[in-house]
Amino acid sequence: MIVKPDAIVEPSIVAEGLTRRFGEHVAVDHVTFAIGRGEIFGFLGPNGAGKSTTARMLTGYLAPTEGRAIVAGFDMAKHPSAARRHIGVVPEEANVYADLTVRQNVLLMAELHGLSRLERERRCGELLQTFDLEVRAAQKGRELSKGLRQRLMLCMALVSSPQILFLDEPTSGLDVASTKMIREVIARMNREHGMTVFLTTHNMDEADQLCHRVAIIDRGRLAAIDTPAALRGRVEARRSVVVKFAGSGAIPSDVLPRPDMEVEPLVDGWRVFSPEPGPLAQQIAARTAELGLRIESLNTLSPTLEEVFLSITGSAHGHP
Amino acid sequence: MATREVTNEAGMAEFLRQARCAWVIAKKNARVYYLKGPVLTFGIVFPLFFYLSFAAGHDAPVEVMVPGIAAMALFFTASAVGPLVTPWERQARTFERLVTSPASLSAILAGDVGAGAAFGALLALLPLVVALALTTAQIGAPLPLLAGWLLGATVFSSLGVLMAAPSTDTPSQVMMLSNLVRLPLIFVSGVFVPHAQMPKWGQWLSPLSPLSYCADLVRVGFGGTAYFSVTVDVLALAGFSAAFMIAAHFFHRRTRDRAI
Repeated sequence: MIVKPDAIVEPSIVAEGLTRRFGEHVAVDHVTFAIGRGEIFGFLGPNGAGKSTTARMLTGYLAPTEGRAIVAGFDMAKHPSAARRHIGVVPEEANVYADLTVRQNVLLMAELHGLSRLERERRCGELLQTFDLEVRAAQKGRELSKGLRQRLMLCMALVSSPQILFLDEPTSGLDVASTKMIREVIARMNREHGMTVFLTTHNMDEADQLCHRVAIIDRGRLAAIDTPAALRGRVEARRSVVVKFAGSGAIPSDVLPRPDMEVEPLVDGWRVFSPEPGPLAQQIAARTAELGLRIESLNTLSPTLEEVFLSITGSAHGHP
Repeated sequence: MATREVTNEAGMAEFLRQARCAWVIAKKNARVYYLKGPVLTFGIVFPLFFYLSFAAGHDAPVEVMVPGIAAMALFFTASAVGPLVTPWERQARTFERLVTSPASLSAILAGDVGAGAAFGALLALLPLVVALALTTAQIGAPLPLLAGWLLGATVFSSLGVLMAAPSTDTPSQVMMLSNLVRLPLIFVSGVFVPHAQMPKWGQWLSPLSPLSYCADLVRVGFGGTAYFSVTVDVLALAGFSAAFMIAAHFFHRRTRDRAI
């Protein structure tokens, strides 16, 4: 299902036939979607699929070759500054000012957004506290680890209390604690302030946990756009039952209702694929009892977003 | 789909917002790029010794040497860092941060020009003050000197920012281009040799160099006579500033996408 821009009543972000060519290479090819106010929208795709190029066109860093980007109601080509007053951006690569302190970096962005001195100080203090950077306020950007720099970039993006937050791989390469903190803050900002979030990521779990809808871009074209649950529903065949038999390394051949079923060995058990995992689980339990065997664990499993991603993009030309 | 439009009143407010952004960027540049020991030292030492190495063998009179050193110092300091700011920002990936902020490209470039001009105008005061203290040179006409100083700083800084336009994140490439442009200008600007004593080809080329008009105004400021005229000097410097800024905007816009 491709949601047309008009289908969203109050869109925060609209891409209308966005296209970007670099010479002969078409990096983004007529991409169209709309993102509603207060939505967390995941933008997934293999390396080089056009995720960052799309994000850069939406934030006004890159002009589209064709099509247009409308952000916070403003056409990015006509009124870029007006549109950018409503957005915060965390680009893919860490880009804080190495010679400015943590505090100076945040205040710089606050000043560029035209916040008053009092407001700048208040927002800066709040954000440094939220991201646990208060004790590092006087440290230079160059002295920070990658995780701390990423937190600082979020502070810089959020200092103006933007309506829309663009995040390009915000947790890529971060430690567990920083990743958790960043995800929690994104979810909280969305929940409490209705902030719209455009998130490009390689991390399927992240998209699954955070996003209301996700789009998958492949070779510059939009391949799918829907809720994570609906996308998972597209690959019914990837539903499965995970079973572990007590004291047995191999899956007993008579346990399965059909011998041609797809079975995948796991580290700790077996995964049997079926579009109807509920009845299959019951059949496995009954057959195991008949054979006098014992089951240690038995669960049904929905397909992961990663499986959806691979089924749409294909595994031949690149993994996420 | 319908989009929001910016009204005329909002247009005026937008202009003021962009002026503020330019000021913020100028302050940031001063803090990040200009107030560094090596930059300060290079800005003073290079033009001073460059001039002295020439003047030592020519027994130049004070009224020629002091305005020459002052104009050279202003030229070098105001145009020294501007060519490097954008490549540094691209290299550090901070340029993307600025371009996706509410600051327009014009505001970013105006901030770069402002910081360079202020740096040049202030730092080049040092050799000027030293020369006034140690030699018999005296300021005879403060207004032309002030005009030459401020306009010169602006035009040289604009030239520096224009030279930052190539889509590179390698500062050394820009430095090469910068020196290729700046060094020849010195020899045709009446800094080392008074215009009247320059060869014919030098006299023809001299009006093409903004340094000629700046040096002329500084010379008048120290009681010398103008080669062009004060009015021509002021108009030429203002015109060069506008032309360099417009060209900088045009080329930076064109090369921005290529630099990604």
